[in-house]
Amino acid sequence: MSPLNIKQGSTSHSAYDLRDPYAEVIEAHTLAVIVDNEAGVLARVIGLFSGRGYNIDSLTVAEVDHTGHRSRITIVTRGTPQIIAQIKAQLARIVPVHEVHDLTEEGPSVQRELALFKVVGRGEHRIEALRLAEIFRAHVVDSTLESFVFEMTGTPEKIDSFAELMRPLGLREIARTGVAALSRGV
Amino acid sequence: MTQTGTQSMTGQQAMTGARMVVQALKDQGVDVVFGYPGGAVLPIYDEIFQQNDIRHILVRHEQGAIHMAEGYARSTGKVGVALVTSGPGATNAVTGLVDALMDSIPIVVLSGQVPTFMIGTDGFQEADTVGITRPCTKMNWLVKDTADLAATIHQAFHVSRSGRPGPVLVDIPKDVQFATSDYVVKEKIKVSHYQPKLKGDIDQITRLVEMLETAERPILYTGGGVINSGPAASQLLRELAEATGFPVTSTLMGLGAYPASGKNWLGMLGMHGLYEANLAMHGCDLMINIGARFDDRITGRIKDFSPTSRKAHIDIDASSINKVIRVDVPILGDVGHVLEDLLRIWKSRGRKVNKDGLAKWWKQINEWRAVKCLTYTNSTAIIKPQYALERLEALTKGMDRYITTEVGQHQMWAAQFLGFEGPNRWMTSGGLGTMGYGLPASIGVQIAHPEALVINVAGEASWLMNMQEMGTAMQFRAPVKQFILNNERLGMVRQWQELLHGERYSQSWSESLPDFVKLAEAFGCKGIKVSDPKDLDEAIMEMIRYDGPVIFDCLVEKHENCFPMIPSGKPHNEMLLGDADTQGVIGAKGAVLV
Repeated sequence: MSPLNIKQGSTSHSAYDLRDPYAEVIEAHTLAVIVDNEAGVLARVIGLFSGRGYNIDSLTVAEVDHTGHRSRITIVTRGTPQIIAQIKAQLARIVPVHEVHDLTEEGPSVQRELALFKVVGRGEHRIEALRLAEIFRAHVVDSTLESFVFEMTGTPEKIDSFAELMRPLGLREIARTGVAALSRGV
Repeated sequence: MTQTGTQSMTGQQAMTGARMVVQALKDQGVDVVFGYPGGAVLPIYDEIFQQNDIRHILVRHEQGAIHMAEGYARSTGKVGVALVTSGPGATNAVTGLVDALMDSIPIVVLSGQVPTFMIGTDGFQEADTVGITRPCTKMNWLVKDTADLAATIHQAFHVSRSGRPGPVLVDIPKDVQFATSDYVVKEKIKVSHYQPKLKGDIDQITRLVEMLETAERPILYTGGGVINSGPAASQLLRELAEATGFPVTSTLMGLGAYPASGKNWLGMLGMHGLYEANLAMHGCDLMINIGARFDDRITGRIKDFSPTSRKAHIDIDASSINKVIRVDVPILGDVGHVLEDLLRIWKSRGRKVNKDGLAKWWKQINEWRAVKCLTYTNSTAIIKPQYALERLEALTKGMDRYITTEVGQHQMWAAQFLGFEGPNRWMTSGGLGTMGYGLPASIGVQIAHPEALVINVAGEASWLMNMQEMGTAMQFRAPVKQFILNNERLGMVRQWQELLHGERYSQSWSESLPDFVKLAEAFGCKGIKVSDPKDLDEAIMEMIRYDGPVIFDCLVEKHENCFPMIPSGKPHNEMLLGDADTQGVIGAKGAVLV
């Protein structure tokens, strides 16, 4: 935290960019990229990241406008402010890309991920797993006498903490969708 | 075109995909296509056979077709077009595509593909062309339906020439070429959302005007973007330089945008740029980057690049701005449009410049100029490569001349010793550094300018990489002059090995070279060999006078190094001016860089 009580690397609480442009601080940014849903568009986006050595923490994609054939790609990436700016500029110049939004920079946003957890166990472990699932508002979507599949939606951090708790209770497998995100407000 | 076409209900014309290709090219104003036939493009070649509006230049290798299209595009400002078959035809085109991508050259490449129902079966001459060329093009398309073909080709031309120009590829399966659908004229296609912004932000331009009014040590650092923006941009650059009295330097790509004879011209900058240009870049207080991209050949060590200057950057590609060097005034827009606004605002504010500062700055620059960094030790016994280019310059100056080059020492010497008075006269592989570029590029230029003198300044090693294209030059009577500075070495590799690798000349000799005169005879053109400086002028005149292609074998000093040189990893003010400067200057860190 800086003396102004502003999270390092964040501009969402100020009208001014308070970051030192030369600071080599690594930031995570969530980008929403609106693209034409055509063959190869995802390969173009992924190829840009691999070809130029950028990181992808998570990536989700689906068509969101069936009449306009538009897909929304949500990418969580990390890098210095200069790298993030470069990633956005490089994305924006891909011909089938219509819009690039930096949800981290453009203001508050909601970020959600869906995860499925398979937990295998009997007795006390099984009861404890169910109790914790209730606290975390995870739903049971499949059950046998020895296992549960929990479904949970939340921030990546919440999913991480739930996974940590389930691990000693018999966590076998996790499937995660990656982050979907929207800006808050209108 | 109407013999077999039928009018449909909508007034559009039904035709085969193959005919659509030819029709779309005609509608786009294409007069020449460089190509090579094969199984997957036979229907298109059948259509080419049955018309006379588009000339087809049969190349000897698909890489040659792409470089010819590049030469054509760069010397005319129009989009170059190449046509190749599937599989190996398309993969042979890859080097040319990346070359055009790096140098922002507008070309449209049409490739054949196996029929749609065979895609994915490892069919004969099948390759994942759009997959392979995706990172090699600005955009590419696989057309799976004849109904989309015409619109896709029109869109391909639009994307290629708009914004930062570049290569695009349209992959056309053979069944799509045979099938019939309605042709869509280019005026009827859906307006593309891809419309790069041409006008720069007026507030930023005004900020730049304020800076240039007070700058004591300004410099205009220009690049290929000025040339790509069109002749008007070069004219505006000249006006800006003359009116403000600012010195001008240029990258390899931008030579000719400001005339070499202009009084503000400092020469090329960069790794083998002129002393005065590089020191002016290092010492300036205002750097105005116009359509260049802070390439590593220009900047040297980033940390020490022009440490005292404020920097403005005019570029049509947002991803070029702040990519390598952080700038104070970013201006996103087309060079021509931005310079127009810049001049207008500057004039309306009273045409102010810092006269005292500029006078001192020019005094300093003239001291640097007095170093005469291009000085070399001439010889009466052997032709120095620099001397050969000086003579070529002197004997061809004022002619309607176009120069292409291969890649290496000769390329840098050509950039140093030849003067360009206008844009689109200088075609060289800058970004990718493609050996084998110059010969096919010279043919592309000659096809576009049949009456002009087109010279490819070459090294013997580069030239051999695409020498098969002499057959193309002969077939199409393109009287290109291949001016080979033959040092029997990979000169630039040899130079680096001398300076950086303990004089261990690993694989940098050109062994078993052909006899270039006999080679010329074998192709049916003229060969000239010269080794005595006394005979050089007459030999060059003979080359110019000969009505046909010439292979000019100029035997030059074998161990000449290209100076000035900024070693990799060094800043601009640590340039080497000659052999005496080279002892132990490049550390291990520098040797790692290319």
